[in-house]
Amino acid sequence: MAGKTLYDKLWEQHVVSMDANGTALIYIDRQLVHEVTSPQAFEGLRIANRKPWRVSANAAVPDHNVPTTERSAGVESIEDPIARIQVQTLDNNAKEFGITEFKMNDIRQGIVHVVGPEQGLTLPGMTVVCGDSHTSTHGAMGALAFGIGTSEVEHVLATQCLLQKKMKNMRIRVEGKLQTGVGAKDVVLAIIGKIGTAGGTGYAIEFAGSVMRDMSVEGRMTVCNMAIEAGARAGMVAPDEKTIAYVQGRPFAPKGDIMTRAIAAWKELNSDDDAVFDAEVVLQGEEIEPQVSWGTSPELVIPVTGFVPDPEQETDAVRANSIRRALDYMGLKAGMAATDIPVDVVFIGSCTNSRIEDLRQAAAVVKGKKIASRIEMALVVPGSGLVKQQAEQEGLDVIFKDAGFEWREPGCSMCLAMNADRVPAGKHCASTSNRNFEGRQGAGGRTHLVSPAMAAAAAVAGHFVDVRTVMGGN
Amino acid sequence: MYHFTALTALVAPLDRANVDTDAIIPKQFLKSIKRSGFGPFAFDEWRYLDIGEPDMDCTHRPKNPDFSLNQPRYQGAKILLTRRNFGCGSSREHAPWALKDYGFDAVIAPSFADIFFNNSFKNGILPIVLSEEVIQQLFEEVDANEGYQLTIDLPSQSISTPSGQVIAFEVDAFRKHCLLNGLDDIGLTLQRAVEIKSYEDARKVSMPWMFNE
Repeated sequence: MAGKTLYDKLWEQHVVSMDANGTALIYIDRQLVHEVTSPQAFEGLRIANRKPWRVSANAAVPDHNVPTTERSAGVESIEDPIARIQVQTLDNNAKEFGITEFKMNDIRQGIVHVVGPEQGLTLPGMTVVCGDSHTSTHGAMGALAFGIGTSEVEHVLATQCLLQKKMKNMRIRVEGKLQTGVGAKDVVLAIIGKIGTAGGTGYAIEFAGSVMRDMSVEGRMTVCNMAIEAGARAGMVAPDEKTIAYVQGRPFAPKGDIMTRAIAAWKELNSDDDAVFDAEVVLQGEEIEPQVSWGTSPELVIPVTGFVPDPEQETDAVRANSIRRALDYMGLKAGMAATDIPVDVVFIGSCTNSRIEDLRQAAAVVKGKKIASRIEMALVVPGSGLVKQQAEQEGLDVIFKDAGFEWREPGCSMCLAMNADRVPAGKHCASTSNRNFEGRQGAGGRTHLVSPAMAAAAAVAGHFVDVRTVMGGN
Repeated sequence: MYHFTALTALVAPLDRANVDTDAIIPKQFLKSIKRSGFGPFAFDEWRYLDIGEPDMDCTHRPKNPDFSLNQPRYQGAKILLTRRNFGCGSSREHAPWALKDYGFDAVIAPSFADIFFNNSFKNGILPIVLSEEVIQQLFEEVDANEGYQLTIDLPSQSISTPSGQVIAFEVDAFRKHCLLNGLDDIGLTLQRAVEIKSYEDARKVSMPWMFNE
């Protein structure tokens, strides 16, 4: 019998029961809750007079709607009355049902996918869900983590379970080594460029190979975060010594003898040598260049040394049509160099790239420099209050502010522009976020997905540049 | 709870691939704490020429005449015909809420994003996957025939075209059962509370670190 994949093992450990049709009831260890996709779920519980199955399995944090400017008054600082009601509703629901919440003025508050691992709420071997597609981020810890809709948020609250069919197994191996200046974001953008935004649909993706093994846990989070942008609900990396070191000492992490037992169990969480994958993709690390998305889907991405594609060269009519529409929306011309794309706005943040390592990488590029005169807005939005505090202890805030960036409070911010942080219509934004859909960062805004180092380099130059060429002097 | 058995209705085309949930319902409408009222804002950025805000009265907003759903011939459509990877991106259930509230009971495409596909069933929208070739044929027929309707029959898993062609489609047996009977997932799962409790108790012994009580 063939061996098991990491996903097979995680799945099997969580099956409560399975029917003849293959629909399984799977147990959920952790649910993370934010203000946007939970109010209707809590309301559903109340209407049906149901209680949460296991209150301590849940943790809540407001992130999507929170302002990133001065907000010492907490929820009262939210000017938009509709947004304020939504955050207050989360506060009220957490209180009513007894769920731990990191409120707006709590230093532990931040983007839900930054906070979960940071607090030790996400552990290897767990099933982790959240009403947010970027829940795949937590797979970097060796968890089975995926986004769900609001009906399922309610289902998990009420039953601690979900009804699911098993996904197929895909392994993406990134072998060799990365070049200096090329990071986790470039790896995942290159993967999406290769397999497409629907390439992983129906699969759980395990990211493997020497590049993933060499990558930090935070870098793995960046890669797993964007598994959904390749269509896969879940991305994961087998836990190793780095994962264990990351978990040790976190507030909600196990301690003492129980931690020792946990570590022993986590070491079993990897794909067997003879495991069979339904699909396998291999990339060579040395060949990955810094990436820039040019279009309105994350698969419309090119290396920074590349050129915007020509729809006339595309044989698939549906794809050619998408390219034409994207060129029009983005205000770009076929054949232009990536480095000729101007940049008006810079956003460093989001659940993809707002952790301390991301901020360090960006700060290293801008240190002692100024942002270009054409840049209208340049934001750095740390992923959590604790990331912000750490960055300030390292003096990164000063580096950014000296260069001309604004140093903000934690939240989702301009990644989806639910709060006041938006890209104006027609403006090009070098963004470390995850989605470049039409209007994602503000109606008419033009998003280019890049790594923190590339965003920083673009801020200084006023257009995209190959960060490898500007790092030489450092 | 939602029922779905059979439907004969007008078909509206949305000839784009990778229609994401940000396009189906833009972020500013996600601030609502309700499940209803999203229909007037479905496809807001494509549908209207101005910028939509929550609680706006949409009746007099300027509509984009180039957007297919705004054409008079597609008013009242309950079936949406579209291209590959429909519903990609965010997990927001506001997307199927908006489509349902707009009036769609079924979406036909060559493929769907997983989370959207799952969310649709929970809101009484039947997502139907057909081959690229059949989808292309349907786009051509819809375009050529004003008032083009399809009949979708869930029990027999078939679609009938006006010319009498019958197209079979696949649907997961459990999801079909739930839609046909309008079943409440949570109620069904809670019938298995003893099993869940027993699993949980065993897990507390074998993997105590999973429980931070």
